[in-house]
Amino acid sequence: MNLFRFIPQPLKVSRRQFIRVSSLAGAGFAIGGISLPLSVSGKAAEDAPEKAVEQAGYGHFIKITPDNKVTVVIKHLDKGQGVTTGLTAIVAEELDASWEQMHWEFAPADATKYNNLFWGPVQGTGGSSSIANSWMQLRQAGAAARQLLIQAAAKKWKVSAADISVSQGRVKHTSGKSFSFGELANLAAQEIPPQNPVLKNPAQFTLIGTPHIPRIDSKEKSRGKAQYTIDVKLPGMLRAVILHPPRFGATIKSVDKTAAMKIKGVRQVVETPRGVGVIADSYWTALQARNVLKVDWDESLVEKRSSSDLWREYKDLAKKEGGVVRNDGDVNAAFNNADKTIELAFEFPYLAHATMEPLNCTVQIKGDHCEIWTGSQIQTLDQGTLAQITGLPLSNIKVNTQFAGGSFGRRAVPDSDFVLDAALIAKASGLNVPIAMQWAREDDMRGGRYRPMAYHTFKAAIDKKGNLSAWHQRVVSQSLLRGTPFEGMIQGPVDPTITEGGHTLPYHIENLKVDAHEAKVGIPILWWRSVGHTHNAFATEVFFDEVARSLEQDPVEFRLKLLKDHPRHAGVLKLAAEKAGWGKKLPANKSRGVAVHESFNSFVAQVAEVTVNKNGSFKVDKIVCAVDCGIAVTPDVIKAQMEGGIGFGLGAVLGEQITIADGKVEQSNFFDYFPMRMENMPEIEVHIVKSAEAPTGVGEPGTPPAGPAVANALRHFSKKPITVLPIGNKIDLA
Amino acid sequence: MTKFTLNGKTVTYKGDANKTLLWFVREDEGLTGSKFGCGVAMCGACTMHLNGNPVRACSTPMSAVNGATVTTIEGISSKVANAVQSAWETLDVVQCGYCQSGQIMSAVALLKNNPSPSDADIDSAMNGNLCRCATYHRIRAAIHNAASQLAKEA
Repeated sequence: MNLFRFIPQPLKVSRRQFIRVSSLAGAGFAIGGISLPLSVSGKAAEDAPEKAVEQAGYGHFIKITPDNKVTVVIKHLDKGQGVTTGLTAIVAEELDASWEQMHWEFAPADATKYNNLFWGPVQGTGGSSSIANSWMQLRQAGAAARQLLIQAAAKKWKVSAADISVSQGRVKHTSGKSFSFGELANLAAQEIPPQNPVLKNPAQFTLIGTPHIPRIDSKEKSRGKAQYTIDVKLPGMLRAVILHPPRFGATIKSVDKTAAMKIKGVRQVVETPRGVGVIADSYWTALQARNVLKVDWDESLVEKRSSSDLWREYKDLAKKEGGVVRNDGDVNAAFNNADKTIELAFEFPYLAHATMEPLNCTVQIKGDHCEIWTGSQIQTLDQGTLAQITGLPLSNIKVNTQFAGGSFGRRAVPDSDFVLDAALIAKASGLNVPIAMQWAREDDMRGGRYRPMAYHTFKAAIDKKGNLSAWHQRVVSQSLLRGTPFEGMIQGPVDPTITEGGHTLPYHIENLKVDAHEAKVGIPILWWRSVGHTHNAFATEVFFDEVARSLEQDPVEFRLKLLKDHPRHAGVLKLAAEKAGWGKKLPANKSRGVAVHESFNSFVAQVAEVTVNKNGSFKVDKIVCAVDCGIAVTPDVIKAQMEGGIGFGLGAVLGEQITIADGKVEQSNFFDYFPMRMENMPEIEVHIVKSAEAPTGVGEPGTPPAGPAVANALRHFSKKPITVLPIGNKIDLA
Repeated sequence: MTKFTLNGKTVTYKGDANKTLLWFVREDEGLTGSKFGCGVAMCGACTMHLNGNPVRACSTPMSAVNGATVTTIEGISSKVANAVQSAWETLDVVQCGYCQSGQIMSAVALLKNNPSPSDADIDSAMNGNLCRCATYHRIRAAIHNAASQLAKEA
């Protein structure tokens, strides 16, 4: 069995479903036979009164309890992007609650209630969609709950609802009397929720958009109290580690566990389709036992190529036309009539997500129930995987979503690899106690699921009048979607994630063609913060600057000229340029560079300022960022995501790469894989464009422009454009 | 046998002397604020104070802590620690938060030795603490914020 084809397919997300649900979400959620996200109706009234006192439920998104707490049920994973704060703020706004009374909890895995409205019947987090897909849903829930409180107060006071207002967590009558939410909780639970709750006009917002809504998880995370998967403690819990094969796709031939079993505290050594599991009393003991395992692997199906082989093959593939994903005008004719042409090729390495919390999952399979505790990013797929492993129905599989110590896409795994490790070990052991499976950093770094390698070629034509008349981009990379439950999202000849950001190039160019090849490689890959945009933004924006340079055009002016039909791109570009002092003179050893890119329906422009030394070493001093993500729900979280997205993108461009030698990953830990550290972090300034558009995501869009902005700044000093990543800490001077 | 003071309490350990302080504290003592990130002292998520100095607990063997005083994120309560933690909260430094216990332990140690660090001092004291969310920008600001808070109180 090829391990990396071990993919559960509980649900296919087809393009049709995708459109159906998204359009419903856009038109308001309480229509088309989908129930209001507030499911109280008369049910609480039928329950015993004491039960209603215990917990007056406000549907599956909001709970208001007699202790005056408002708890928002968060259907998305918080992996640092701040959705616990953002989603809670949306409810608090429509409810007119006070921020101090707001609480939150992660939702259980239940796609019938908590699906991502952009994804069809799947509960999950990704594509910077949490705020965007929840926006109307949670506003409606908040507004409905507010209406219930008003109805309850009106009945209690025997007054007209029109004379009641709500603000800062109090329900007030014009006479001056008032109730807290807690005081009305039980009464409100007996009211019938409105079918079409009245939403605020955004001009009436009092919380959303205020500069700094305090993060709801700051305190526990600053005091060592936040609970991640690694911190879960359960009665009788055992620890487990897994030994993966040294090459992707290998399976176990035989295991000699004699020495391992002699170590005190080791309970079991088990064989699974993904490697050898060791179960022990402690992680330390399990690790010692793993070190003395002797395993003979069957490598008949493994990937044995090296990075250098892959580059050669990618470059060969790039000589031929691939699947055409965009073809405007007549590119060939434009090239035939060109006055001159410009060509460039780019190489992007594999990248690891390297979340600070090495991946882990605690699992308990007991009787006809299976329960996991993990930072689950696509709960529905994880449930599906577990259902397949255990043979249990989805409803018997409970997912306890934990805070995730980072993800950057790594936890949204179509085949749930790290959840699988835990489940396969537990199943093979036959034990019914909780088993906490923990990867070491080396397992994480060598566990695959990298941002794919990508090779890009570009050719531009300049016509006799000096206009950019044609643009041709070709990309070679692996497909993220093919062979996964998301394959339905491939509509054209090639996986659209390979060229995303490239085939959506906003510049007005009459003749524009983008084609791509899906390379077949046995190195498992995965989306990595901003997915295809990571390499497409870099390649297109650096190439664009090369064209501007050859035409002796100012990079900002030239962009603006070709962005006439794209006001939101132009808006962020102008704002970033203005705030960065674009065009103002700099000392001789400094320069600026710019990049603008749209991803996940948010628009970001960045201006980088660099200092370059005489030996070619350099420092990124500052990045000025402008973002347009529609209505800014929690501006300080948006700023934080831009800052973090820039640091993440920049770290990768400067120092990160995963290389393969004879099928083996060469890097293993933070002494040979180099993310951004404090000393390289530039100063960052973030400006948010005021907007009345519906909010869009911010987790990913800050990442793509950072690298090209820096590369374009360095170009003022470098001999050649920067086309091979990572850059390292030095450039070849002109 | 190893005997030492952990957050003001005497604790003892018998067993593999190579076992590291991090796993003893997390699994045997149940204090999970200090995190596992790399196991090789390259990320700082496990940073604790050993006799007042920041150490990487993932690479500190139990044999090295006999007689020592160890403080974890759960046990810090000094003026400096309070200033650092409230600066972290005021500026909303955290994102995923996983590395932040270690960041805070390094920052507290820095400010104890150097009440008004420059950016270069911060770079050198904090460079061993990785943050994949890249909250460095705010960590720097929070350290300056805590330093000026402490200067006001002094």
